[in-house]
Amino acid sequence: MVTFLDIVIAGLLLGGLYALIAMGLSLQYGVARVLNVSHGEFIMLGGMLTWTLYTVLGINPLIAVVICGPVAFIIGFAMHRTLFKSLLGKSPTVNAFEGSSMLAAFGLLFIIQNVALIIWGSELRSYSYLQSPVDIAGAIFGARRLVTLAFAVVIGVAFYIFLARTRMGKAIRAAAQDPTTAGLMGVNIDKVLAICFGLGAALAGIAGVLISMCYPVHGVMGLEYTIIAIIVVVLGGMGSIPGAFIGGFILGIIGSIVSYFEPGLALVAYYVIFIFLLLVRPKGIMGK
Amino acid sequence: MHVLEGEGVTKYFGGLAAISNVDFYVDQGEVLGLIGPNGAGKTTLFNLISAALIPKPGIVKYKGVNITGKKPYKICRMGIARTFQTVKIFANLPVFDNVRVGSLFGTFLKMSPAEAEKTTTDLLEFVGLSDASNIPAKDLTLANQKRLEVARALATKPELLLLDELMAGLNQTEVAQAMELVKQIREKGITIIMIEHVMRAIMNVCNRIIVLHHGQKIAEGTPQEIANSKTVIEIYLGEQTNAGS
Amino acid sequence: MSTTGLNLKKLWVPGIYVIILVFLATLPMFGSAYSIIFLISILMYVILAVSWTVFSGPTGYISLAPAAFFGVGIYTSATLGNDLPFTALIIIGGLISTALALLVGALTLRLRGIYFAIFTFGLVELIKHTLLWYEVKFTGTRGRFVVVIDNETIYYALLIVLAVLLITAFIIRRSKYGLALQSIGEYEEAASHMGINVTLVKVLVFGFSAFFMGAAGAIMATRWTYVDPYIAFYLLFSFMPVLMGILGGMGQFYGPIIGAVMVTYLEELLLTKFPYYYMLIFGVILVVAILYLPQGLAGLIEKMRRRYLGGERART
Repeated sequence: MVTFLDIVIAGLLLGGLYALIAMGLSLQYGVARVLNVSHGEFIMLGGMLTWTLYTVLGINPLIAVVICGPVAFIIGFAMHRTLFKSLLGKSPTVNAFEGSSMLAAFGLLFIIQNVALIIWGSELRSYSYLQSPVDIAGAIFGARRLVTLAFAVVIGVAFYIFLARTRMGKAIRAAAQDPTTAGLMGVNIDKVLAICFGLGAALAGIAGVLISMCYPVHGVMGLEYTIIAIIVVVLGGMGSIPGAFIGGFILGIIGSIVSYFEPGLALVAYYVIFIFLLLVRPKGIMGK
Repeated sequence: MHVLEGEGVTKYFGGLAAISNVDFYVDQGEVLGLIGPNGAGKTTLFNLISAALIPKPGIVKYKGVNITGKKPYKICRMGIARTFQTVKIFANLPVFDNVRVGSLFGTFLKMSPAEAEKTTTDLLEFVGLSDASNIPAKDLTLANQKRLEVARALATKPELLLLDELMAGLNQTEVAQAMELVKQIREKGITIIMIEHVMRAIMNVCNRIIVLHHGQKIAEGTPQEIANSKTVIEIYLGEQTNAGS
Repeated sequence: MSTTGLNLKKLWVPGIYVIILVFLATLPMFGSAYSIIFLISILMYVILAVSWTVFSGPTGYISLAPAAFFGVGIYTSATLGNDLPFTALIIIGGLISTALALLVGALTLRLRGIYFAIFTFGLVELIKHTLLWYEVKFTGTRGRFVVVIDNETIYYALLIVLAVLLITAFIIRRSKYGLALQSIGEYEEAASHMGINVTLVKVLVFGFSAFFMGAAGAIMATRWTYVDPYIAFYLLFSFMPVLMGILGGMGQFYGPIIGAVMVTYLEELLLTKFPYYYMLIFGVILVVAILYLPQGLAGLIEKMRRRYLGGERART
């Protein structure tokens, strides 16, 4: 029999993933002002790459985190340096840039998705790793899910410390608040924006690795995660990374509850929350 | 009854009061000047009147009617029009259409397309832009763009016109022309509130002046009284006043 | 000068459209069956691209919802196809799409453009999930079979919808509401201060544009003899109009038309040989167009026209 505790813990597990992907998107939109609708595709790439690494090369998924994260970072960084930086130069206003960068990301969505479909085909891919059950207060979970949660929390906290304590972190926060002034204060804005975008992609890639441990992965899985990430970012407050972290867990728990009663209705429930926010408090929990 | 009246108008941004408990009024036919150092809250006050922002707390009344919280388009149709500190023309539209928009949408009583065109032609002549009718607005000089904004605002047939730093960025000749324009608008019977840094213009044209500083009203009176007020002189000491003051 | 009056010089542009429409109307009499099928694709995409541009072009609010409205039309035909005549399906499909658009617009167009964009982005998935859940839970079946309609009827139906779209869009553009739309796109804050009820104008035009997407969907449903939420609500049908609009250029009417014709033609060429590569190529084309052709091909043509035919002419 499924207890309330089961649902909550399952929600936390889901929430950890949501928090990761939302923080990534929040970085990209909050600092670099790019609403990256191809965010989910980086998640998908992380997942597919891990599958290949494990099934073809026998590399442990946890090691894959250390591979996929940096690879995603590099791709994201390069993408910003080439595509988005160029767009930034050509956009007369911030609004214009937000619009055109979102459209460019839309194009990227189709590019990345189809590259993946060419390489891996369209079937579902999965593997088994760390499936041994673990007992927590009477509820049974696969070890892999707990590892996922642990990773999500650790990365989230580490990231928070990075932003709060390190020099680069402060530069990022400055750039998020006021890019022009930050630039005048000696922050290399171009580099910071590209790094933020890359970090956002890295978080997505890592999330993809973790997701692949728990669920099957396939070429078109990205879209749903992108939408979830967007809703979490709105819920937490556009541009607030702590908001994205908290919002992720909130949405995860709600998703778990809804899935218990009506499987398949989770995304609809998230959208209902989205609509509610639009009506009552568009700037979200911690939005400025 | 005052044409426009504000009671206790306040606006906070975060913890900072941009406007704090300001009372003001304007009577029909007056030209009211609104001055103060940069950051004093002048444009914010305009935004609170034209409903770009909503006072919290505070009330704004137009001809006795509480207009606080109404949408900007409604306020425009009721008879309040404005120009903007940073010119907000419709850059890629021809000059003619910029003004025509105002006459088609902003008037209290709907105008037919023919009436709108006539109003537009007349107004372009009034501000001296008839020759530029077909030029994209972005290709005008700054002084002409400001005139365009004035024509566009007048096209909505306002009773009250809010001018936000009409003379900023203009040279001596252009300032004199702008002052002339303001006087002609007053002669049409339109009440005017103008934010200005160019002291010469304010002193010359205004019946009454309100001085803002750090969001509060610190002085109010005739140009003579304001020019002689110790408080006002103090806050302007060290402030850059524009040429011609 | 005035842009609402009719004068002879301005009539040659609509004149060309009329000629082309008449030509297309007579085509089935001498064209091959294949050319009809190909033209059906073109007409469908032209309708989607033009209606997308009618709203997103002048206002700058990017809608990623065409697939949702198109899908609503498809599903209307699929669901009611056995009970209602073809014409009724088209109109109802259009109306339901409009209703959906008005709802979405009322929710999001009061706020900053980014909310509108992201809401429309997820809309396709939302509807798909809702329908899937509903079908599994209540009807027990997934998907339905569509009544078959012959190609010639589809062709003429699309042509009529396109003609109506072009005429009404043209009238709106020349009317004061077209001017309002452009003002909103130029500087929304100033537009609202000049007496334009910007939210209402945006919502109404958005609803208007959705009608044609739904109508097109209702007509095209028969192309897929079997329809389920996955087939009807397919993000590609949001991507294509966007690509066509941007590539073709959103400043002129003929922009999305050029874009639609070119991309459809390319799709025909590439589809059979490189099924996945062609979508990839289109993605690349979109990115390249955004970077290097911001005004689209139409913008390029206008620029050349101004340079070689002389004189500065403001966009009317």
